[in-house]
Amino acid sequence: MELSLATRTVGEHTVLEVGGEVDVYTAPRLRERLLELIDGGARRVIVDLGRVDFLDSTGLGVLVGALKRLRAAGGSFALVCDKEPLLKIFRITALDQVFPLHPTVDAAVSADPTRTGA
Amino acid sequence: MATVRLSFSPAPVHVRTARLVGVAVARRAGVREDLLDEVRLAIGEACTRAVALHRQYGVTDPVLVEMSDSPAYSVRVVDRAPIEAGIGLAALPPDELANESLTDEALTTGVGFALLAGFVEDLQVRPVDEGIGTEVRMVWPVGR
Repeated sequence: MELSLATRTVGEHTVLEVGGEVDVYTAPRLRERLLELIDGGARRVIVDLGRVDFLDSTGLGVLVGALKRLRAAGGSFALVCDKEPLLKIFRITALDQVFPLHPTVDAAVSADPTRTGA
Repeated sequence: MATVRLSFSPAPVHVRTARLVGVAVARRAGVREDLLDEVRLAIGEACTRAVALHRQYGVTDPVLVEMSDSPAYSVRVVDRAPIEAGIGLAALPPDELANESLTDEALTTGVGFALLAGFVEDLQVRPVDEGIGTEVRMVWPVGR
């Protein structure tokens, strides 16, 4: 399945819903969309991987890039993922210790230390 | 013994095709259903690595993927890049992964190798027998 990207707003957070396959061919489009969001002023970004059925090292690299960018800008970045095959990828690469990972968007919003009134 | 060979121009768009073919042959060979996600990911990582190396060194030769099903399911991904085989086969520690000084390319390479090493028990990265290039060889058991 091709990559799908959709953005919505939940309070102060920008949620990017990603679906399909994130690989060496489609990852540049994910990178572009994240850069657009960040350059457009989004500072609290949640990427929802709920409908992703394939994620490779290139996709992980794009996500780390967004995390670094937002961290440098004083923002926050979190991932939503509850699928075991994807969680295993994060564990094997030790990226589970780099990204805040949450099972739902609500959990990611509540856990964000930078949100107003947190 | 059945062999399927696929060679493709070193372009990212073809890596998905290699994954699809690799999983189809694995299923046909009798690799357990619960291993197929790992087969798909590992073949994708090996091909992504090969495509990246060909582009980095301006090598226009095709990347070769060869699958055979006996006695186990084995996949060879062969590139023609002029590098020392096997370098970089080490996972990056978590505190380095998000380090500002780590380039995107280095991160992706490190993560790619971590995935290969993590998902493939029987993995070899070695120079090709003839000419220039590296062969990534992966083997999975078949349940027959």
